[in-house]
Amino acid sequence: MIAVIDYKAGNLTSVVKALHYLGAREVVVTQSPDVVLAAEKVVLPGVGHFQATHLLGELALTEAVRASIAQGAWFLGICVGLQWLFEGSTEAPATPGLGALAGMCERFPAVVDGAELKSPHVGWNSLELLRHDSRLLRGVGDGGFVYFTHSWRAPVVDATAAVTNYGGAFTAAVERDNVMGVQFHPEKSAEVGLRVLQNFLEL
Amino acid sequence: MLTKRIIACLDVRAGRVVKGIQFVDIVDAGDPAELAHRHAAAGADEIVLLDITATHEGRATLLDTVKRAAARLFVPFTVGGGIRSAEEAEAVFTAGADKVSINSAAIARPALIAEIGASFGAQAVIVAIDARRGARGVEDAEVYVSGGRKPTGLRVLDWAREAEARGAGEILLTSMDTDGTRAGFDCELTAAVSAAVQIPVIASGGAGTAAHFAEVFGRGKADAALAASIFHFGVTDSRALKSELARAGVSVRLPC
Repeated sequence: MIAVIDYKAGNLTSVVKALHYLGAREVVVTQSPDVVLAAEKVVLPGVGHFQATHLLGELALTEAVRASIAQGAWFLGICVGLQWLFEGSTEAPATPGLGALAGMCERFPAVVDGAELKSPHVGWNSLELLRHDSRLLRGVGDGGFVYFTHSWRAPVVDATAAVTNYGGAFTAAVERDNVMGVQFHPEKSAEVGLRVLQNFLEL
Repeated sequence: MLTKRIIACLDVRAGRVVKGIQFVDIVDAGDPAELAHRHAAAGADEIVLLDITATHEGRATLLDTVKRAAARLFVPFTVGGGIRSAEEAEAVFTAGADKVSINSAAIARPALIAEIGASFGAQAVIVAIDARRGARGVEDAEVYVSGGRKPTGLRVLDWAREAEARGAGEILLTSMDTDGTRAGFDCELTAAVSAAVQIPVIASGGAGTAAHFAEVFGRGKADAALAASIFHFGVTDSRALKSELARAGVSVRLPC
């Protein structure tokens, strides 16, 4: 069973739809820690404000995800779901992330090399420096295009599996054992995105 | 590198595409869900469906169309036309849209922008602006509503800034002066709006050739451009258009 966590941030429809399209059978949209603990795979989608992840703490979902990861379940965070794997974000400094990865998410700089940088970063950008041992990105080539929409970005860390360049390099995908995340929206990234979700389903 | 987006637009009335893009082998204007899939398969970076049905029954048809289109659409999907409240926006999101485009309703009640953004995120709210140049050109370009028939007295640059301040995620700028001319986008106006706001600007109106897209991405500083009737006139689909743009040095999503 795949648990898709509903924390009232944005629209879950497209993620669930893509999982179904790829043949996933048991997809449960949930706010229940028990369902998360029972799931073989957990997906934390999210379009929205980092503040929205506050609800995960309130509903005891943060601890459920921590336990789920510790017992070996596969975890995929999407967009804010990836950022939440880090210690936190300057978008909502009072709301801690899971802290599975070190570092803070920060806003894109307004100016880079004297030129104004538009924010949010919206559109199709390429994946670079793919880690060849990544299971999540298997079959995805360097330079593959995926769809982003975000104003905060995660730092590049040891667990980074691919970066994207926009006002410098940021983490586009992370992978450490069973913990995975993507800053882009695989459910909106055509064939490349579906490949990533398919890889996750096949784990 | 962040690429320039080619957005395929479908104008829909009572559940049928009434104008805009038609593939050569489709005689009938076509089922919007089917055409949306074809455009995605043909390399469009994004699909916009603008519903010009005003009736109550039409709304139900629209939601059904959105649902059918979204079921197999894995690129960003925007729906616009007649959305007047956060509840109506929610119905469209639930049917499978990723973004909504709002126009006159946002002018009538600008708080609507933030209301939709609060539930679905700023990235999900596109404010569409229909603009016509004034006596002094770009500087006093004015916002029009009701399909370009009714002037609002609002300056385009002021309204674009206000829409951004109120939480719009993107601006869809249609030039009423160039729309339908196939003589090129209004690059000056697009550049002025793009300079006035931080959020992405989608240019619309006047596309006739691939060179027009290259101009609006260059001189016009557009982040994305809407393609509609261009597909009637020589350029066969988004992939062909993007190949031409790539040859002209524009960064686009290829292969796609």
